[in-house]
Amino acid sequence: MPLHINGAGHPEFMTLPWSLPLEQWPTDQIAALPRGISRHVVRFVKLADRVVAIKETNASIAEREFVMLRELQRLGAPGVVPLAVVSGRTNALGEPLEAALITEHLQFSLPYRSLFSQALREETTTRFVDALAVLLVRLHLLGFYWGDVSLSNALFRRDAAEFTAYLVDAETGDLHASLSDGQRSYDTEIARMNIIGELMDLEAQGHLEDTVDPMAIADRLQERYDELWEALTQTATYTSNIPLRIATRVKELNDLGFDVSEMDMRETENGDALVMRAKVVDAGHHARRLMRLTGLDVQENQARRLLNDLDEYRVLVSHPSEDEGYSAHQWLMKVFEPTVRAVPREFRKKLEPAQVFHEVLDHRWFLAEAADHDVAMPVAVASYVKNVLPNRPDEQSVLGTPASELNAAEMTADLPALTAEVEARSQETPVFEGDNTGAWGRATEDEADATAPDDEPAPPPTVTRQSTKREPPAHKVPGSERD
Amino acid sequence: MATVTYDGASRIYPGTERPAVDKLNIEIADGEFLVMVGPSGCGKSTSLRMLAGLEDIDDGAIWVGDRDVTHVQPKDRDIAMVFQSYALYPHMSVADNMGFALKIAKVDKAEIRSRVEDAAKILDLTEYLDRKPKALSGGQRQRVAMGRAIVRQPQVFLMDEPLSNLDAKLRVQTRTQIAALQRRLGTTTVYVTHDQTEALTMGDRIAVLKDGVLQQVGTPRDMYDTPKNVFVAGFIGSPAMNLGTYQVFDGQAQVGRAKVTLSRDAIAQLKADDKNHVVLGFRPESLDRAAPNAEGAIPIEVDIVEELGSDAFVYGSIPNEFGESKDLHFAAGDSQVVVRIDPRDVPGKGDTIWVTIRGGEQHVFSAATGDRLNAATIHQDGIVK
Ligand SMILES: Nc1ncnc2c1ncn2[C@@H]1O[C@H](COP(=O)(O)OP(=O)(O)OP(=O)(O)O)[C@@H](O)[C@H]1O
Ligand SMILES: Nc1ncnc2c1ncn2[C@@H]1O[C@H](COP(=O)(O)OP(=O)(O)O)[C@@H](O)[C@H]1O
Ligand SMILES: [Mg+2]
Ligand SMILES: [Mg+2]
Repeated sequence: MPLHINGAGHPEFMTLPWSLPLEQWPTDQIAALPRGISRHVVRFVKLADRVVAIKETNASIAEREFVMLRELQRLGAPGVVPLAVVSGRTNALGEPLEAALITEHLQFSLPYRSLFSQALREETTTRFVDALAVLLVRLHLLGFYWGDVSLSNALFRRDAAEFTAYLVDAETGDLHASLSDGQRSYDTEIARMNIIGELMDLEAQGHLEDTVDPMAIADRLQERYDELWEALTQTATYTSNIPLRIATRVKELNDLGFDVSEMDMRETENGDALVMRAKVVDAGHHARRLMRLTGLDVQENQARRLLNDLDEYRVLVSHPSEDEGYSAHQWLMKVFEPTVRAVPREFRKKLEPAQVFHEVLDHRWFLAEAADHDVAMPVAVASYVKNVLPNRPDEQSVLGTPASELNAAEMTADLPALTAEVEARSQETPVFEGDNTGAWGRATEDEADATAPDDEPAPPPTVTRQSTKREPPAHKVPGSERD
Repeated sequence: MATVTYDGASRIYPGTERPAVDKLNIEIADGEFLVMVGPSGCGKSTSLRMLAGLEDIDDGAIWVGDRDVTHVQPKDRDIAMVFQSYALYPHMSVADNMGFALKIAKVDKAEIRSRVEDAAKILDLTEYLDRKPKALSGGQRQRVAMGRAIVRQPQVFLMDEPLSNLDAKLRVQTRTQIAALQRRLGTTTVYVTHDQTEALTMGDRIAVLKDGVLQQVGTPRDMYDTPKNVFVAGFIGSPAMNLGTYQVFDGQAQVGRAKVTLSRDAIAQLKADDKNHVVLGFRPESLDRAAPNAEGAIPIEVDIVEELGSDAFVYGSIPNEFGESKDLHFAAGDSQVVVRIDPRDVPGKGDTIWVTIRGGEQHVFSAATGDRLNAATIHQDGIVK
């Protein structure tokens, strides 16, 4: 079978050295970026205008994952963008090579292993896990069963004081109209196991603070997941003041970051109460509002932060009676853009603009506290650019790393599945104090659910055969040696 | 150790009409290795999750040993699910990689170590216990993953396509290991795969599912020699059985130009609904070369010959001057047939070869229902199975 590239029509894909196993690709084409634990060979490859992730796997899995990622993208799920599947690869001797899945490298994304150089702090760990819980709820709402939830199979982007998680490995997933409780609980169970394993691995490496208890963190995932799922899918029954109740419920969901696009409301049999359930909720409430007002496309918690500042601006500087769209435009021109433009070009790969803005706001708060009076935005920006930003690592993607700096493990050809990740390049700095955005709502009550009642004990079924142990079939089954 | 019984167990997903698993009845003996196989979406994973306690059972019951577990919480079922994919942790020792599920279950340290050592002995990993996974070969890593389930010492293992993301070579190697290991441990195991080769080579018995309905359960030999219906006949075996719908005259099926005498018990079972048609099946290796125009011989026009050293396969078609048989809906597609032939006597493309179906190796199915009509297959050695 000749080389076959199916997907985005990117001419550069044709020129990549497909006749070499990925592990042997020339290092000048490889971007040394940190990545999670994986069984397959996964490497980042530099193209003229972007970085792509290439994973070698068998053709049917690559094809399936490609289709699945594309479908998820269509549904608006946060995940990596699939570009193409490459099959029919052969080496110089004409021997077959594994197929490859090409995905777009998610800019400014951080695998969980890259966010520390010494030890992963408890606070950071919990933020990761919270982000993963949100991702899992979002995917489950869309009917996606993941099958391999783990920190390695997600990517994290800074999102104001939080992280937002993106799905990276959809290999084991399945899409349905909606998931059964069993499918959801299997996913959270897998997530727990994997998180504990991943954190214990960090522990073994000495990269986890002593105070962090992997099992407590895994329990937290479950709690967060349950809370959020309950908050988003609960059914409420109202008997009075119904319009207000509905408005309140919508507001609650908005505060959690979700818009309600379909509400299911029905009267009870006797007509004296209303049973209400949000049927379809879409994540990204604040991101959408900010987009509508300013055209800025940022993540949810960044949007919250920006909107807070925008609303403050409207009240204090512009005028509350001013048209919302007009003052948003003013804020964009006079506050947001000057701040972001104040970042020198050489620092622009460090953080996304919206994240820079968020950090400047934090920095301004620190300065104000230290000085005991308000600090003007331009002053805060100048100080941030001078004192904070230079020490931040580049997080867009570590482009142009000279080959000599590539971690040896990255280049180890014989152990692809277990190669240690490129060592941490970035360091967590405590810039998040004083930020209270992004807290997810509390869950309501405990589901103090009694165990299922035991039905009448029925007689056990009789299993007649004792054992079916036997010699394997005498004749060779044709084709059994081929696959 | 335990038996497992699906007793009319059904699962209907909310919002769907057709059950994903429909009145499943299987009795799995203590220590048995049962493989559930079927195309994607046939209900394998659902059946497994029902047994694990992760999926509601809408109707019927599931038993583990003499205990009705239909309403028992997953953690109280003493069943270990081997995940579809297993990560190994590079900085943890092989022993820790194997024992960490027990750590989660708060088993005490000494107990963990002793169970891990036992498992390592069985898995031939003893000398690696204190090494890092990096030191292991692909097959050994796969065994560490197995070890993780073994140390839990459950009554039943459940495995959902554990080999699906391995490359072909490692897959063959690992499936042999899993089967051998299961026989050593003697733990009842339910294994799910869409790959019929895996099913044939691994299972004590195989259960074939389609659209949530159990089609047949039996030994690999049963499934191969006496498929109960057209679906099982076409699904089990590679290359697949040749299947076609043919008209019957005087106890003979008109296969192209040839008249193939059908077994008497099959003819006796024909019903009005069959409208004098049968689905006739014959495996690629059930054919003997015959002289041109010999009695009962089917002519086959050769399209491609695939030579595999010890075997050769002819891919061809049955020329049909009598017109295509009307109703081919049970067949794979067209009049394509595959014939295994002696690799020392290989025809050329475009040649016509003549073959007869070896005595007792025909499979006759109802054209109306797809159900098997002839009772059993008689083998070359004349033994009725
Ligand atoms: N598009 C991408 N952008 C950024 N990072 C990526 C991308 N694709 C893969 N990665 C990184 O590569 C790692 C491995 O990828 P992936 O999880 O798809 O491999 P895998 O071998 O299928 O993993 P598993 O062992 O879980 O099955 C991820 O953890 C992630 O860090
Ligand atoms: N949550 C769900 N909602 C509706 N249908 C589902 C759901 N989960 C699975 N199904 C359907 O149930 C059937 C069996 O699924 P599954 O057990 O996953 O099959 P298999 O493992 O054999 O591929 C399929 O038709 C599938 O689409
Ligand atoms: Mg992965
Ligand atoms: Mg499945």
